[in-house]
Amino acid sequence: MSDSLLEVRGLSKSFPGVRALQGVDFTVRRGEIHALMGENGAGKSTLIKVMTGVYERDAGTTRLDAKEIFPRSPREAEACGISTVYQEVNLIPHLSVAENICLGRQPTAFGKIRWGAIMQRATQALARLDLDIDPSRQLSACSIAIQQMVALARAMDVSAKLLILDEPTSSLDERECEELFKVIRKLRDEGMGIVFVTHFMDQVYAVTNRITVLRNGQLVGEYLTSELPRLELVARMIGKDAKEVAAMESQQPGMRSVRDEKPFLEVRNFGRKGSIAPLDLSIRPGEVVGLAGLLGSGRTETARIIFGVDKPDCGEMFLDGERVSISSPRAAIRRRIAFTAEDRKIDGIIPNLSIRENIVLALQASRGTWSKLSRAKQDELADKFIKALRIKTPGPEQLIKNLSGGNQQKVLLGRWLATEPRLIILDEPTRGIDVGAKAEIEKLITDLRRDGLAILFISSELEEVVRTSQRVVILRDRKKVGELAGDAISEHAIMNQIAAPTAESKAVVDV
Amino acid sequence: MNRINPKYIPLAATALVMIALYVLGCVLYPNFTSPRVIVNLFGDNAFLGIAAVGATFVILSGGIDLSVGAVIAFIGIFIASMIASGMQPLVAIVLALVVGTVFGAVQGSLIRVFDLPPFLVTLGGMFFMRGMAFVVRQESLAIKHSFYQQTIRQLVIPLAPRVNIPFTAMCLIAVVVVATYVCVYTRFGRNVYAIGSSENSALLMGVPVGGTKIGIYALAGFFSALAGCVSTFYMQSGNPASFVGLELDAIAAVVVGGTLLTGGVGFVPGTLMGVLILGLIQTLITFQGNLNTWWTRIAIGVLLLLFIVLQKAIAGRGRA
Repeated sequence: MSDSLLEVRGLSKSFPGVRALQGVDFTVRRGEIHALMGENGAGKSTLIKVMTGVYERDAGTTRLDAKEIFPRSPREAEACGISTVYQEVNLIPHLSVAENICLGRQPTAFGKIRWGAIMQRATQALARLDLDIDPSRQLSACSIAIQQMVALARAMDVSAKLLILDEPTSSLDERECEELFKVIRKLRDEGMGIVFVTHFMDQVYAVTNRITVLRNGQLVGEYLTSELPRLELVARMIGKDAKEVAAMESQQPGMRSVRDEKPFLEVRNFGRKGSIAPLDLSIRPGEVVGLAGLLGSGRTETARIIFGVDKPDCGEMFLDGERVSISSPRAAIRRRIAFTAEDRKIDGIIPNLSIRENIVLALQASRGTWSKLSRAKQDELADKFIKALRIKTPGPEQLIKNLSGGNQQKVLLGRWLATEPRLIILDEPTRGIDVGAKAEIEKLITDLRRDGLAILFISSELEEVVRTSQRVVILRDRKKVGELAGDAISEHAIMNQIAAPTAESKAVVDV
Repeated sequence: MNRINPKYIPLAATALVMIALYVLGCVLYPNFTSPRVIVNLFGDNAFLGIAAVGATFVILSGGIDLSVGAVIAFIGIFIASMIASGMQPLVAIVLALVVGTVFGAVQGSLIRVFDLPPFLVTLGGMFFMRGMAFVVRQESLAIKHSFYQQTIRQLVIPLAPRVNIPFTAMCLIAVVVVATYVCVYTRFGRNVYAIGSSENSALLMGVPVGGTKIGIYALAGFFSALAGCVSTFYMQSGNPASFVGLELDAIAAVVVGGTLLTGGVGFVPGTLMGVLILGLIQTLITFQGNLNTWWTRIAIGVLLLLFIVLQKAIAGRGRA
């Protein structure tokens, strides 16, 4: 069975100032799981939204079962046989599972909803996916994973021919993902065409048959999953050749050395009850210190007491050898320390302001209301950081909400860099952004280090920490359990210390 | 699973408060047990109840309608003037219902098409309608027509000797029954809940959000107009200066009746109970005799705050 189910030809879509899709072709066959890959901003979401009728296309054709379709709303797309499950569960929390499955197409008799039939239909839909869920339960009382399954059951309840899964696994754990994969494999075997979008490479290779790669709104190519090695896939996505990617992934020697300078920041016996046990830590100019540990091991807490968000209750802090006490983030900023917090949506971006305005924000704030940055100066700063950080945008006046996650992260970084900090604390700067953007952020960190910045780098991804850091401090259970430096840094060594409860004595390795 | 669905807890609390107030009245005042107390409760609060049912749809969808009191006043003086100028009362009533519905639909369209906040649109609607009421006539006008003075007064159901269910109470009960049916057994009704719970999800699930929203405000306009008609049956007059702030009583009744102010959860019968609770408090204070009637407002205020806290507590537990 390899006849095509969905044929998208020459699809284009523009938004004010952005060409999101340019002449993209995309084909899904019956009985296959087809991965749609690309960096953030490559056009995946736009393509999906055009297929599901959320956006109207500017040019191109879409054929489903050799019949041209032109859905203008999710409802029309559904009527054609295209169902979608989104990254965030898009269901109605206050209604029952059964009603969520049938909403908008409830069986009626003379306009009266037949509740019995709804229950029956929902039970069948759940049974078809081998799901054991009580259909009368209120949706909000179910776990996210169950809600995701309900969304899938809903998508299947219409006689769908094509199922689009837009990052359905981002909030599921491993076992829940496996459940989901079982279900979608079953649907594939029933002859359905499935489009699968994800950031997780492992999942792509675990379930998909074919891969289509987009970059900058254009089609890069369509490949059989079995014939496209991972490295090649990443290379296609970010538009480099595979050798470069390989080099990037294993760039190690030479970058470990640090000019022997006095530390910019040094803390001794620094801690706070209930959040982090007293620890010593120093960061030199031109050095990246990685903070590794499991979630909840005290990484963010350490950053918070250094930045003055929380007050330490013991220990001392030195900046350039001078003893200081930092009592608030304002004080930290005055001492040229910057901090990008874990959740960029909360701390970070102001969606309705332009890139320029977002970049100058922190600098303007530190100057106070009365000494306004001139427009010329603002433009200069914005241009400088757009160029330096390679922010993908048509111009500095673009609203930041129109950028992809990775590019938003870069704007945030630009905002802090504009204040010319000497120490920057990066808390999970690569979370939720795709491979290409991650690689770029990593490269930026390395560049900044070369410019003499001191950097405290927090990340859950050990490879990242290993690749970028000159020294790694390891935390476990809100305590510093070890420190690695130079060539001693490896994923294996870090894992050992995170895991081994008695490794402390051997932990400190001299530079 | 024997645990009660948490969404029924506010409703149960409302029913308990209502019963407790009634029992309290019966214990304190022997006359309270008379069926006439209950009949009057329905009759006196009929127009508030009908308006509150309209407000229930709006609040269920996550919106708000501040134009209710002004619409009722406008419809009242509109009907009184039309009848005074020789129009058949039934024709005037039908015309009034059409005007109210169209007005509601216009409000809904503004909210929908320009994506404006319902609070501001209906605030504008409130000023507009209040002004229009005074344009129709500057002062109150009694309705003198046999339809009002005889037909309506005779349209009663005898319940006990010298106790009749008035026509206004019948209107209220009919409205509650029909509205409950719409909420539970029609797609429109379910869409109202879906929009109120999560508008964005509803849109992506293929719910016709735009049309439903306009429909909700048109329906609210219709119910406000109907409440206006019923108010003329009750008052036998129209007055452009009346019912100032009635929309707030309606909102209070809806919330006390167990509907979540943020939308998505609630029941029409709960709103009826909310209205009856407001009425019971009023009746109790009247029976007491010494207290200023403003104590009604104080009691309603306290009750309203209690219910909001209760809802918050339940919502918090639901998340955990």
